[in-house]
Amino acid sequence: MADTTSPLRRRFATTLLAFGALAAAAILLAPLVGSTSISLSKAFDRSQPFADNVDAQIFFVARLPRVVAAALVGGGLSLAGVVFQALLRNPLASPDTLGVSAGASLGAMLAITFHANFSFFGISAVPLASFAGSIGALAIVYALSTARQRGTSTMVLLLAGVTLTALLSAVVRFVQYLADFTETFQTMRWMMGSLDVASYAPLLAALVPMAVACAGFAFLPRVLDLISIGAESAAARGVDVVRAERMALVSASLAVGAAVSLGGPVAFVGIIVPHLVRLIVGADHRLVLPASALFGGAFLIGCDLVARTVFAPLELPVGIVTAIIGGPIFLWLLFRRA
Amino acid sequence: MLQAHAVSFAYNRGMLRRHLVLDQVSVNVERGTVVGLLGPNGSGKTTLLRILSGMVTPQSGHVVLNGQPLLSFTRRGLARQIAVVPQETYSTFDFTVLDIVLMGRYPHLGAFELEGADDLEIARAALAATDTSALETRMFATLSGGEKQRVVIASALAQAANLLLLDEPTSSLDLGYQFEIASILRRLNRERAATMVVSTHDLNFAAALCGRVVLLKEGRVIADGATEEILTASNVRALYGMDADVTFHERAGHLTVVPIGRSQ
Repeated sequence: MADTTSPLRRRFATTLLAFGALAAAAILLAPLVGSTSISLSKAFDRSQPFADNVDAQIFFVARLPRVVAAALVGGGLSLAGVVFQALLRNPLASPDTLGVSAGASLGAMLAITFHANFSFFGISAVPLASFAGSIGALAIVYALSTARQRGTSTMVLLLAGVTLTALLSAVVRFVQYLADFTETFQTMRWMMGSLDVASYAPLLAALVPMAVACAGFAFLPRVLDLISIGAESAAARGVDVVRAERMALVSASLAVGAAVSLGGPVAFVGIIVPHLVRLIVGADHRLVLPASALFGGAFLIGCDLVARTVFAPLELPVGIVTAIIGGPIFLWLLFRRA
Repeated sequence: MLQAHAVSFAYNRGMLRRHLVLDQVSVNVERGTVVGLLGPNGSGKTTLLRILSGMVTPQSGHVVLNGQPLLSFTRRGLARQIAVVPQETYSTFDFTVLDIVLMGRYPHLGAFELEGADDLEIARAALAATDTSALETRMFATLSGGEKQRVVIASALAQAANLLLLDEPTSSLDLGYQFEIASILRRLNRERAATMVVSTHDLNFAAALCGRVVLLKEGRVIADGATEEILTASNVRALYGMDADVTFHERAGHLTVVPIGRSQ
């Protein structure tokens, strides 16, 4: 496959292998931890039937869906974070910056408050509404930024995102103020982010938009490198900037929509994972993008492990853990560089 | 090599006001020459460069590259012919100097192709040509303005285009770096036969570098020809409204322009 004589190719292969091993280890080892300890070799022991193998049942039925959900949410948010940061040429951009999380929250809250009771291909109302909310928010921001000129202006995108976030959050608080206590409590818990996934059906539902997003991401890494240096100079090197921006925004919003509908707007993952990964692998998006997906997945699996074990049997919302772990790391990064 | 035929361009500002930036401008850039674009702020230099590079399509007139209309090229095809050096380049992320120069190889690689040994060789040759080999592993963001500009020129060279368009390449550089950029560009023109179009506010920089200058004022060409013939006191007065002494400087080996005061 790879021509190992090229130092660049060797660097790519080793980096991706290392991050892939980390993600694989997280997915295999995290389900072993919990109220009942189980063994990995027993869980994968094919000599006894699945119906009699308690370890395998706990591993595959009770715990693996949640771990895979963490991997999908963490990976999706991290990928979107990388793309937004490169596209806006702003290291502080994240899925939250462009109003995507606020849109998702509004959608979920409306579904919770008005007891929406529809479903689509087995997906229930709250994830559907949050998915629609995140896509809707990004569509508004994108339409605003392209309305006046050809191509997106990063400044307009950022300002529109910040404004939309404030506006949507105000609507959320307004409806919360009018809603009764139970629904408000439910909405708040949803907004903290939680990976309480107990079956494979929601995973499959999230996988569809995630797969479409990843197909889009596959074309982006080198283009993002060039755009992060400047849209005009990227165009002068042969990049179709308008098309690339469109593709990046659509892919990123699909990924965020899928992630948020599965786990809620988990804080900090989308901003901190890309920075940690860049610190390890450098700025090249051909490495940053796949490594962030793998590392983001592993990171959220780790955070969720903390969330469900530290105060067991009480489970913390994973968003609290990511913020408490992520915040100090991010501050440390900032001060270390200054 | 590159000809603009009567190109006009206007920005729309509201319903009624159209701001005419370029009015029937024709420019002919011959292979192997260095052409300077001179003119006061707002004279249309940058817009003309953007039209020549294909970034912007003129509302009337057309541009021809090697006998073919610019519009018939794909973006990647055009990038293999024309490289652009912007006024300033910022890197948001920690790219190394080599990373930045390798980006110049983009139009020569397939969508999923990694740079190979030959691309690395081209990039290193470009670094050598701009005296930046020693910076290869440095972070681009930590370089000085003059070092950055040389690296960006190296990146343009790695693009292997025959034509280089530079937009005020020395506008944010100190005297030493201005001189350095001029001598590197002269050497590239001499040794690699690179064709260049350079916009600048620095008349002495233009005199040192350009064999030909085009004077732009309010979107029109007011003079165009060999630097020694065009860079005169009367043209400087017509262009900037400034009285200036224009003399040939023996030791420098080119014309020099010394502003004296506003002309009456």
